[in-house]
Amino acid sequence: MMQQIIGTLSAWAIPLFLVAIPLYGVARGVKVYESFVEGAKGGFQTAIRIIPYLVAILVAVGMLRAAGAIEMLSRGLDPLLARLHFPAEILPLALMRPLSGSGSLGIVTELIQVHGPDSLLGRLAATAYGSTETTFYVLAVYFGAVGIKKVRHAVFAGLVADVVSIVAAITFCRLAFA
Amino acid sequence: MLNYIWLAMVVLAVVLGGINGRIEAVTKAAIDSASGAVTIALGLVGVMALWLGIVKIAEDSGLMALLARAIAPVLKWLFPDVPKGHPAMASMTMNIAANMLGLSNAATPLGIKAMEDLETLNPRPGVATNAMCTFLTINTASLQLIPATMIGVMASAGSRDPAAIIGTTIAATCCALTAGIATVKVLERIPFFAADRGEGAR
Repeated sequence: MMQQIIGTLSAWAIPLFLVAIPLYGVARGVKVYESFVEGAKGGFQTAIRIIPYLVAILVAVGMLRAAGAIEMLSRGLDPLLARLHFPAEILPLALMRPLSGSGSLGIVTELIQVHGPDSLLGRLAATAYGSTETTFYVLAVYFGAVGIKKVRHAVFAGLVADVVSIVAAITFCRLAFA
Repeated sequence: MLNYIWLAMVVLAVVLGGINGRIEAVTKAAIDSASGAVTIALGLVGVMALWLGIVKIAEDSGLMALLARAIAPVLKWLFPDVPKGHPAMASMTMNIAANMLGLSNAATPLGIKAMEDLETLNPRPGVATNAMCTFLTINTASLQLIPATMIGVMASAGSRDPAAIIGTTIAATCCALTAGIATVKVLERIPFFAADRGEGAR
C-alpha cells in the first residue's frame, strides 16, 4: 500500500515538476523559455568542473579494486570481526560500498544469487546496499562541482555513517528475519 | 585529510597489486577509471542543464524564495550558517525531496545546484563550509524511501517477497543518517577540522 503510493508519486514527480514550475512561472510573468535556457547554460561548465575530482577518486578506487585490496582486507579483518559476530560474507560488501557503486552492486547480486534472495544473508546484503550511498563518489561529484579541495570532516562523517549503516543493517535484519 | 587518504589508496593499490601479481590489472584499472570518470561527468551535462533550467524558472518566478522561507524553520538547526530565505535552502530541499523519491537523475543535479548556492556563502574558496559538510553527509546516507534497485535485484533473483527489505533498509538508513549528522555536528567544533586551519602558517 505505502509502497504503491510512493511508487506512483515517484513516477509522477518529474513530469509534475516539469509542468508545474513553468506554469507557475508563466502565471508570475516569467519568460519561461528564456529563463530555462539561461539557467541550462551552466550545465556544461558544472559537469566539466567535476572531471578532475572524479578522475582522482575513481582512479584511486579502481586501482585498489584491481589490486585485490578488498579481498585481502576482508581476509585480514575476518578473524577480528568474527569475534563480534559480524557475518564474514558481508565484509567485502561493507568495504566496497563507500568506494564503488557498481562494484558493490556486483557483490550484492552475487551474494543474493548464491545464498538465495529470501535468506537472511541475501536480505542483509540488500539492506546493507540500500541503506547508504557511495560516499567517495558523492564527495567527488558534489564537492568537485564547487572546487572544494579541503573536505574537512566530511569524509570522516560519511564513513562513520557507512559503518553505522552496516551495523544497523545486521542488527535489524537479525531482528526481523532470523 | 583527503591528501592522505588518496595517497594511501594509490600506494596501497600498487603495493598490494605487486604482491598479488596483479600489477597489469592495476595499470589497466587506472587508465579505464580515468576515461570512465569523464564519461560519467559528460553524462551529467544533459540532466544538469535540464534541472538548472527548471530551477532558474523557479528562481525567477519567486518559487524558490517561497520554498526557502517555508522550509527554513526545519533546516535552521541543521544549517545555522545559511540565512533565512537563502536560495540554498530551497535547492537543498528539492535535492532531499528528489532523493527520498529515488529520483537520482534529478537529485544529483539539484544537489550540485545546492552546493553552488552554498558556495556563494563561502568565505574560503576551496575549503568546505560547515553547511557543505552537513549537506554532503545527508547525501552520503541514502534517503530514498523505496530501495528500488535492490527490490529489482531481489525480484529478478526469484524472491517470494522482494519488498521485505524496505523496513530494514529504512531503519538502517535512519541510524546512518543520525550518526552522520551527529558526527558532523561534533567534528565541526574540533580545531583539527576547523575551516581556517593552517591559514597564516606559510
